[in-house]
Amino acid sequence: MQRVQQIDLETLDALGRGCAVLGTGGGGDVGAPLIAAAHAIRTRGPVPVVQLSDLPADGLIAPLSGIGAPTVGVEMLPGEGEAVRLRAEAERFMGRPLSAIMSSEIGGSNGVEPVLWASLLGLPIVDADGMGRAFPEVQMVSMNVAGLPVNVVIVADLVGNVTTIQPLDGEWSERIARAACVAGGASALMADYVITAEQAAGAVIEGSISLAVDLGRATVGAADPLEALQARLDARALITGKIVDIERETGGGFVRGSVVIEELGGTGRLIRVEIQNENLVVFEDGEVLASVPDLISIIDTQSALAISTESLRYGQRVTALAWPCHPLWRSERGLSIAGPRAFGYAIDYTPVEKIGTPVV
Amino acid sequence: MSDDFRIGIDVGGTNTDAVVLDSHDRIRAWTKAPTTTDVSSGIHAAISAVLAELGDQASHVRRVMLGTTHATNAILERRGLGRVAAVRIGAPATTSVPPLTGWPADLRAAACPAATVVRGGYLVDGHPLAPFDRDAVAAFLESVAGEIDAVAVTGMFSPAFRDQELETAEIAAKVLGSHVPVTMSHELGSLGLIERENAAVLNASLYAVAGDVTRSLGQALADHGLDVTCYFAQNDGTLMAVDHAERYPVLTIGSGPANSIRGAAYLSGLDDAIVVDVGGTSSDFGVLRNGFPRESALAANIGGVSTNFRMPDVLAVAIGGGTILSGTPESPVVGPQSVGYRIRERGLVFGGDTPTLTDAAVAAGRTEIAGHRLSSRKHGELFSAALRESDRCLADAIDSVALGRHDKYLVAVGGGAFLVPDDLDGAARVVRPDHGQVANAVGAAIALASGWWETIVPTGEGRRRAVDEACDVARQRAVHAGAMPDGVEIVEIVEVPLSYLPKPSVRLSVKAAGPLARL
Repeated sequence: MQRVQQIDLETLDALGRGCAVLGTGGGGDVGAPLIAAAHAIRTRGPVPVVQLSDLPADGLIAPLSGIGAPTVGVEMLPGEGEAVRLRAEAERFMGRPLSAIMSSEIGGSNGVEPVLWASLLGLPIVDADGMGRAFPEVQMVSMNVAGLPVNVVIVADLVGNVTTIQPLDGEWSERIARAACVAGGASALMADYVITAEQAAGAVIEGSISLAVDLGRATVGAADPLEALQARLDARALITGKIVDIERETGGGFVRGSVVIEELGGTGRLIRVEIQNENLVVFEDGEVLASVPDLISIIDTQSALAISTESLRYGQRVTALAWPCHPLWRSERGLSIAGPRAFGYAIDYTPVEKIGTPVV
Repeated sequence: MSDDFRIGIDVGGTNTDAVVLDSHDRIRAWTKAPTTTDVSSGIHAAISAVLAELGDQASHVRRVMLGTTHATNAILERRGLGRVAAVRIGAPATTSVPPLTGWPADLRAAACPAATVVRGGYLVDGHPLAPFDRDAVAAFLESVAGEIDAVAVTGMFSPAFRDQELETAEIAAKVLGSHVPVTMSHELGSLGLIERENAAVLNASLYAVAGDVTRSLGQALADHGLDVTCYFAQNDGTLMAVDHAERYPVLTIGSGPANSIRGAAYLSGLDDAIVVDVGGTSSDFGVLRNGFPRESALAANIGGVSTNFRMPDVLAVAIGGGTILSGTPESPVVGPQSVGYRIRERGLVFGGDTPTLTDAAVAAGRTEIAGHRLSSRKHGELFSAALRESDRCLADAIDSVALGRHDKYLVAVGGGAFLVPDDLDGAARVVRPDHGQVANAVGAAIALASGWWETIVPTGEGRRRAVDEACDVARQRAVHAGAMPDGVEIVEIVEVPLSYLPKPSVRLSVKAAGPLARL
């Protein structure tokens, strides 16, 4: 896979498509962040992308993400000041300048927004992220899995407030950061950890931006975009069919529900995808076909565009793809933080490539 | 009341239709004529045609309801648009996406030469984001005075907290004079800042077009000696009085599909059904729910600009009377090309050289065309195969819009309704009402007046009162749009829970509608 050197307008479009696929149904819609990022690139030029190995060992990286309510995000668009204020606080806290920023979550909107923040700050983006996908909570990041203690969490709201937190652990990060975010309007920018390049090695998921861009590019202009996407991901197609039932409810900050897909061709095969913001578990006749932390995306069969959980509609022709997550998530600690049981499913995790016989 | 006639007019892409209904909603006259490039002269001609048919009863006409594409065309052709100054209240948030980002450059140049973002606006819980910078609003408007025709103002969370938009309108009246109209975004759209702002700017740029339409309609009516009250059809299938339409011209966009769905409801006597309007180039499927069109959940794109209008949820498939057939009986190609309004020159049955779905329908006996016959049986097998393909497309479309329920009646209207077979997969029954070919004009004539309101309310204590208040606002807006105060009913209350908020809250939207006030 070719490493991306910079994000220009063409790369941005591919990045958006790829982040939607890696969002596994959640992570927020990439539409609005793409508009903001495109405006930033048109105004200040392309944004450089660096590899971890390009940075000095003690170079500081701020992993960033937007947190808050998606319903607020459509109204309270990002400003230009919160990234600047967050950086100033991060540099004050660490006592020296940042070398780069990183996406905390490559899946969905948080994979695209770093382009805006990097552009505003004049910093490069590291070709890496803290999830390799999308997850709903602050503690579900690879740095936590790798055992890095949370040195600092900084929340910069859009009003102008900056909150610095030194939490006991990842779960306290989630609790206190969420409270600060809500008080400041329920939409904010957050740095979860500030780490050196040396610490990041092995504790972040490298190549995420290049992967997202590669996925996006593969599907544009391909004779069979879905096949191209599947090949790049080395994904298993769980079913190709039509959505015949959707149940969804919003509560406690989550979209919960399930979607049933019926195989085309009158075979009668049905699968059910369980959703909590992201697509988490796939069942067929009570058997698990794939489960979190492996990635499960529902893809438009024709265009190969990923469909977010909010956009699922009856009758859509879709293919459910599943593919292996980063090895960090398969460790004991990884599974305890983001395995099926962490989401309330009473099932044990089995790697997707080891489940049953290949279906397709 | 026996002389309370009304004319419904619907200007579509292909045809301009008009009907006259009497006080018992019986059809007294109708016409269907090609839409003219100059839309107004087509309206003039349609009025002439139905009045001629009415003869000396023409004097009974008391109201005219118009559904028109003037506003759509102005935006698509960038013609006659006013120059708008856009004010957004939302700094220091929102500045990463300045107003009009993403608009086509030519539309932006035509419609909005100046924009600013000032400090102010609200958080989701009503706490101020920043002190409202009135001086910045005044300074900006002074700087553009004389160069703009209208103002559009959009405040962060204004659907819930609108006072700063109202205040901006007052400042504009002071600085620019009260003759410069102001669109306030909270009157038009729901949450979603970019889409609501786009809608407000488009609306403000359409004031001149709206004025032209009402003047030319007034002229057409005066030319025919009619002294009547006029209404405009809007995108949700209801009417608004002329002064309302002059303030919210953008709401006339999308009235066509809404009218045909409502007209089909009236003509068929059904309240819950699938409606298909088959025209020359496409079949438009909509869903009738409680007598109104089901609205789309997706953002409506108008002329390259994304907006959040309440548009009918319409699925268009390329099946129409003029759809061109090619290929072989083994693999027939049905459209998407169409001969459109030139069916009477080019269709085989009319002596032309192009096989169309109309020809296939004639060959299969689904319709007859007076005075015309197919001269040969040459394309027989292609026709059968093409109809099977067309029926399959229609059945797929029903399945999509009916969300898999197969117990709904299908009301087939429009000039090409004969393409719909009597027995179609997914439809419990196919209903073909009389006068279905002018269902859209009927829809305009029988429409109710409506009002709508959306806001954010807390759940638990205070919710009941907030819902009542929202209903009151919607009722008042319906009356302002022309409804009879006693007849207004709340027709829809939708509550959507919002996640991750300080206080549990819901987004509440309320719609009220009622029959038109007596004259």
